[in-house]
Amino acid sequence: MAAVEHAVEHETTTGLPNTKLAMWLFLASECLLFGALISAYVLYRGADPLDGPTPADVFDIPYTSVSAFVLLASSLTMVLALSAAQRDDAVRMRLWLLTTAMLGMIFVGGQVYEFTTFYNEGLTVDVNLFGTTFYVLTGFHGVHVTVGILMLLSLVGMSLAGRLPADAAFPVEMVGLYWHFVDIVWIVIFTVVYLIPTGTAG
Amino acid sequence: MASVSVPRTAAGILRRPTATTGVWSWFTTVDHKKIGIMYGVAAFAFFLIGGLEALLIRAQLAGPELSVVNADQYNQLFTMHGVTMIFLFVMPMAAAFFNYLIPLQIGARDVAFPRLNAFSFWVFLLGGLFLYSSWFLGGAPNGGWFGYAPNSTTDPSVGMSFYALGLLITGIASAASAVNLAVTVINMRAPGMSLFRVPIFTWMGLVVQFLLVFSLPIITVALFQLLFDRRWDTAFFDPTRGGDPILWQHMFWLFGHPEVYILILPAFGIISEILPVFSRKPLFGYQFVVFSGIAIGFIGFGVWAHHMYAAGLGPVANTAFGISTAIIAVPTGVKIFNWMATMYGGDLRFRSPMLYVVGAIMMFVIGGLSGVMHSVVPSDYQQTDTYFIVAHFHYVIFGGGVFAFFAGLVFWWPKVFGRMLSERLAKIQFWIMLVGFNLTFGPMHVLGMQGMIRRSFTYPEALGLTFWNQMATVGSYLIAVAVLVFIANVVITQRKPKGLDDEDPWDARSLEWTTSSPPPEHNFDEIPTVHALDEFWHRKYVEDERGRVVRVPAGAAPDHDPARGGGSGHAIHLPSPSFWPLVAAIGLPVMGYGVLYSWWVLALGALVTVVGLYGWALEPSVAEEA
Repeated sequence: MAAVEHAVEHETTTGLPNTKLAMWLFLASECLLFGALISAYVLYRGADPLDGPTPADVFDIPYTSVSAFVLLASSLTMVLALSAAQRDDAVRMRLWLLTTAMLGMIFVGGQVYEFTTFYNEGLTVDVNLFGTTFYVLTGFHGVHVTVGILMLLSLVGMSLAGRLPADAAFPVEMVGLYWHFVDIVWIVIFTVVYLIPTGTAG
Repeated sequence: MASVSVPRTAAGILRRPTATTGVWSWFTTVDHKKIGIMYGVAAFAFFLIGGLEALLIRAQLAGPELSVVNADQYNQLFTMHGVTMIFLFVMPMAAAFFNYLIPLQIGARDVAFPRLNAFSFWVFLLGGLFLYSSWFLGGAPNGGWFGYAPNSTTDPSVGMSFYALGLLITGIASAASAVNLAVTVINMRAPGMSLFRVPIFTWMGLVVQFLLVFSLPIITVALFQLLFDRRWDTAFFDPTRGGDPILWQHMFWLFGHPEVYILILPAFGIISEILPVFSRKPLFGYQFVVFSGIAIGFIGFGVWAHHMYAAGLGPVANTAFGISTAIIAVPTGVKIFNWMATMYGGDLRFRSPMLYVVGAIMMFVIGGLSGVMHSVVPSDYQQTDTYFIVAHFHYVIFGGGVFAFFAGLVFWWPKVFGRMLSERLAKIQFWIMLVGFNLTFGPMHVLGMQGMIRRSFTYPEALGLTFWNQMATVGSYLIAVAVLVFIANVVITQRKPKGLDDEDPWDARSLEWTTSSPPPEHNFDEIPTVHALDEFWHRKYVEDERGRVVRVPAGAAPDHDPARGGGSGHAIHLPSPSFWPLVAAIGLPVMGYGVLYSWWVLALGALVTVVGLYGWALEPSVAEEA
């Protein structure tokens, strides 16, 4: 296995590439973004809805568990893509990136289906606090996954067009950092929103 | 601005811009110095607009029951005054100093991400213009700069939607800029510049960037919630559906208090940088000043509820936040004592920047002390929502912040523009501003104690508030005169031929003065190697055998005067200008209008931004040699 040297943009004080440092700072900031969204959800958890469905009325835990599994599996394929990139294996890298994007799309598709179902069961953003906080929190996450999918597909496209830099592993690693972060956030959201019972009736 | 080089073909947006002079070059520049100047100009323009709003407010309050403006207009005026001064003046003016100075102070050629830097500026400017377009589209924001729910969620005019969207857009600018500058300071220091050789202004800048990174996401979420409540009738802050308006207050101030330090730490940095130059002594306890800055940054996240004593959080919460608020006064006080000790025994030279700095310290101490009064809960109950609070934060932000900004402007003007501002006019401006400022905001302490309520658009004569209000109004117009003197000073100075008698007019200490004034596009012909804090000072002075400080004879120090402006820097590859940051930025306000008016406009804005980002990603940061 030819060890590929991590090309650094230019010499830096810490030795870390600027982009990687920036990505970590961005993710730190994102932690607070989701922290605030999750806090709002938790604060309003179990607030007796005056109207509209409760979590127990609408959640289909086995269904969402499957889509959560799909998303987590995409972290594995992301790692495989990075590994292929580090071996300069462009074909497998593109294959795994596409697989990761596909898994992400299945997840987002599942979320769209879930939202549609809930909506038909009467859960709208304005019917009660559960609807408000649920859609805004999971919706923000869904948007993040979608952005990640776009970045993955862009990597594949740029690779096919020969537009990736010589050290292709570096942009793959950066997108990977973001992708893993979005996955980890979903573990928290899935646990807090779906798995921990609200304690109210139902 | 004589030559304008506009691309000839419509397809010009696909071609790499190359112009480095002329009007067009400003739209495509990625040079941190040009971006810094643009930040400064834009922020100053917003300062004038916000100042006009303040003058209208003071005209309305010049006597009892006047009707210069009506209540609704008054609400819009004081809201826009606050939003403008905080988000469109103080923050971007600080960004102007950071952008211009940080790379020079750490010996870098540019910031870490030059195009992201341009993007930040354009997003800020367009976000500000977006916010101001509300005046013509149904009314400006009218719920105070803190936008308390449910007033902000239920107000029927479109203003608070513009507030939410406008601050979201400018927030993107600040967040991008914060990541960029933090990476720059951490990662792009010149050889030998360890963290404790970093100039103090850059240090305070680093703390500010971290505060932004961690506080902006919180206000982002809160603003989205406010926007969704208004636009799509979600229930976040609607008590009739179980929502809690106090949640808005918590989220707002969780951002809002770190924001206070985001506003003042740049001023602390400027003060700490200028004071030693005119005291002819190193900054007393540099490391203490650094650590107290970091401590302020940390504790700043733990004091937010002192804005909410009267919201009914209960005695335990109020006590806890009272204590943490009293604690944060300690590192702030440490800085004040460090500054005093820096001046003590120094060879003080009261040039104009020094006047502003000393003025800033004194005004800030007054504001700081009334701040400590507010930390005491029972005392705050008497003062909250009165003019006493208005007096307090103007002493801190205007007295501390704006005076420091003027100190910085006068001090670094020769560095940036290669011309000295008139010392005489700067001093005249200082004294007018000092008198005007105290005449405006000093009486507000009295008015607050008399019980004059904030944000009320008039007052009856029987309350006996007329005299001090009249004084405040006179004072505010004096401040306006002082600002006009500054503008006159700038105009006169910029008409003079370029050139400095001395490239180092203040006998300064930090690294940015080792290069020419103004610096070449590549900043340093050769990246300096740093051996000490106050590097430039140590290149100019040594101690003789008796321990006295003596000047190094000219030419004796090998790297004292590194080829000022002489080198062409032709071998240095600088990032090339680019259209894409501007394109990506234009999409954001379009998306903002889309949220208010039409999904199609929203989609169009998103498309523009995505196209901009792809163009950006696919273009190399340094263009191939033609």
